[in-house]
Amino acid sequence: MDLLNAIVAFANFVMLPAVAYGSQLALGALGVTMIYGILRFSNFAHGDTMAFGAMATILGTWWLQAMGVSLGPLPTALLALPAGIAATAVLVLLTDRLVYRFYREQKSAPVILVIVSMGVMFVTNGLVRFVIGVDEQRFADGARFIITAREFKELTGLKEGLAIKSTAMLTVVVAIIVVALLFWFLNRTRTGKSMRAFSDNEDLALLSGISPERVVMFTWIIVAALATIAGVLYGLDKSFKPFNYFQLLLPIFASAIVGGLGNPIGAIAGGFVIAFSEVTITYAFKKVAGYLIPAWEPQGLVQLLSTDYKFAVSFALLIVVLLFRPTGLFRGKAL
Amino acid sequence: MTLKPRDMTLFLAVLALIAATGFLQSWNVALGILNMGLVSAIMALGVNMQWGYAGLFNIGVMGFLALGGLSTVIISKPPVVEAWDAGGPRVIFALLVGTAAIVAAILAWKRMPAGKARAPALVAILILGFFVYRWLFDPAVAAIEAVSPARAGNLGGLGLPVLIAWPVGALLAAGAAWVVGKTALGLRSDYLAIATLGISEIIIAVLKNEDWLSRGVKNVSGIPRPVPYEIDLQNSERFVERVSAFGFDPVTASTITVKLAYAGLFLAVLIFLLWLAQAALNSPWGRMMRAIRDNEVAAEAMGKDVTARHLQVFILGSAVCGLAGAMMTTLDGQLTPASYQPLRFTFLIWVMVIVGGSGNNFGAVLGGMLIWYLWVMVEPLGVALIGGITAGMPDGFWLKDHLLETAAHMRLLTMGLILLLVLRFSPRGLIPER
Repeated sequence: MDLLNAIVAFANFVMLPAVAYGSQLALGALGVTMIYGILRFSNFAHGDTMAFGAMATILGTWWLQAMGVSLGPLPTALLALPAGIAATAVLVLLTDRLVYRFYREQKSAPVILVIVSMGVMFVTNGLVRFVIGVDEQRFADGARFIITAREFKELTGLKEGLAIKSTAMLTVVVAIIVVALLFWFLNRTRTGKSMRAFSDNEDLALLSGISPERVVMFTWIIVAALATIAGVLYGLDKSFKPFNYFQLLLPIFASAIVGGLGNPIGAIAGGFVIAFSEVTITYAFKKVAGYLIPAWEPQGLVQLLSTDYKFAVSFALLIVVLLFRPTGLFRGKAL
Repeated sequence: MTLKPRDMTLFLAVLALIAATGFLQSWNVALGILNMGLVSAIMALGVNMQWGYAGLFNIGVMGFLALGGLSTVIISKPPVVEAWDAGGPRVIFALLVGTAAIVAAILAWKRMPAGKARAPALVAILILGFFVYRWLFDPAVAAIEAVSPARAGNLGGLGLPVLIAWPVGALLAAGAAWVVGKTALGLRSDYLAIATLGISEIIIAVLKNEDWLSRGVKNVSGIPRPVPYEIDLQNSERFVERVSAFGFDPVTASTITVKLAYAGLFLAVLIFLLWLAQAALNSPWGRMMRAIRDNEVAAEAMGKDVTARHLQVFILGSAVCGLAGAMMTTLDGQLTPASYQPLRFTFLIWVMVIVGGSGNNFGAVLGGMLIWYLWVMVEPLGVALIGGITAGMPDGFWLKDHLLETAAHMRLLTMGLILLLVLRFSPRGLIPER
């Protein structure tokens, strides 16, 4: 019985949050890795693109809520999501046209593009703050839990409860659908194949008549969709605050690099590796340990690192990967 | 390299802008801008060494500045004797044990033959080291933080003059840079960027959470000054007599005197660093650095150790940032870990370097002063602009309220636009490299 309790407590406080967080990171890292694979630079504006997408969706959600539209148990934000994606796609395509294209035609060094993306980050960040402010916004509605801790306890008779937040479940379901769609697109459609060809060997792709501007356009649209979905899911699951998205940049990049920059499967794997390490290392295992070893009365919280140092976890993993396997777990293209 | 007339004009123009603030608003505001502008110029010099000389992309400037800030606390605050008695030596010992564990792990990895035993040995040393470290560290920290937490709760510092903290801040930053550089240099340029971003977030997290060291979000205030206090000047008869003779109000005169004293100190440091930086840039070493930046492969073929030179210049640049961070905290008189924001302390410095002219030390200095001026001035200007736009709208109209409320965020937008425009139309900056 104690073993079961320990497992439930572990699932409730570590597994579920890590799966939800991992899905959000994976979606974010997919966006970063796509830009890296096809446009060949590290996009530092990605966190703020996520914030912009989430903001556009929130505005749509508020409008829908004001009109009295709702999805019942599901959050209204799902209805507003397509509009949010469209707005973000317009933003990134506009940025590409006004900013990035010039450097692409000049064949500038990647590091110049990184600095340019820093400027874009500033502007996007300013835009988001300008429109919605810096405060925390809550926009989740619908059912809060699929199953609450109390219901679970009554159902199973265990001492520990397992609460499944509907937003966490939604995150995972949406992430699976999005990833499946993305891989279908990349592997089965003509445009997707041309994008992969362009990423593998630009010159050869150009020779075979692939239009670079078309590839770039589709990339940005997909990235806008990924960023918006990741941003909205994160906002639903935690809460929306523009600055948080900037801080997501480090775990997102760590995920992409740990998995192997430029490799979509790597980005997903990296997202979960980072999320699981972060949550496991910063979780206080006192409760779980209490069930497993009843005789042991730990003095502290049995926590390896306080949650304030969660960045240190992504950072340490990043350093380990850089030192021992710079191409990442899944052999990305970068060295 | 000397300054051309055009460059001199640019410098004079920035000084004129600051002077105009002095005439139109107040000299206190103008000198405040000048002081922080001088510190910003030093920060920009540091980043310019990394980016302009060597093409290294450091976006962890904030962390190095914060380390400099920390050094002012460690050096200049008086020690908290009870806290030292409670657990000072034990904390130091714990930190030494932690470091020793890491060093032992590195040595084990290097010395042991590659085989099945090596990786488990590495992990075992690290895990054992971590638990011993925590076992030593945690009780000591709890004991220190229990000592009058409202007033102290930390170890305090060494009680030395604050000026000593400036070079010490540079050393701390150099140490952190060595660790980052050792791991991330020699790989892709973007990896250094991510690694520096990570280390700066961690440094800020340490400052915010390690109360025994920096009091965390409770802030450390009252850091001793290298210049006299206003109140002492106002109480000094000689000072009051002298300024009254010139017809100044003693209160205003004292604040201005203090600011001028800071300006003098900062200017001295800036000129000294600028001289060093120019000498280095024009020496064979500087030519080698630029050669490496422009063509790494060719430089390597000429027998230059590219990674080692990169590490060297990365450490130097970070040390300058650490120095500037210590100067800034000295100017503020307090360490507020929560105020370190990457947009303000990392990316703004980058805007300064790019706008001023990367690769040119004078450009970095100019950019530092100019962008700092704009950063200060854009907010009131933006508010005034929005005020003008919304003047025609009726009161209570939602758009008017919203615009007025968010006008303060114009800053980021403006800085981003300036950066993008400069990169697009004048990528070499105001004073280009020659």
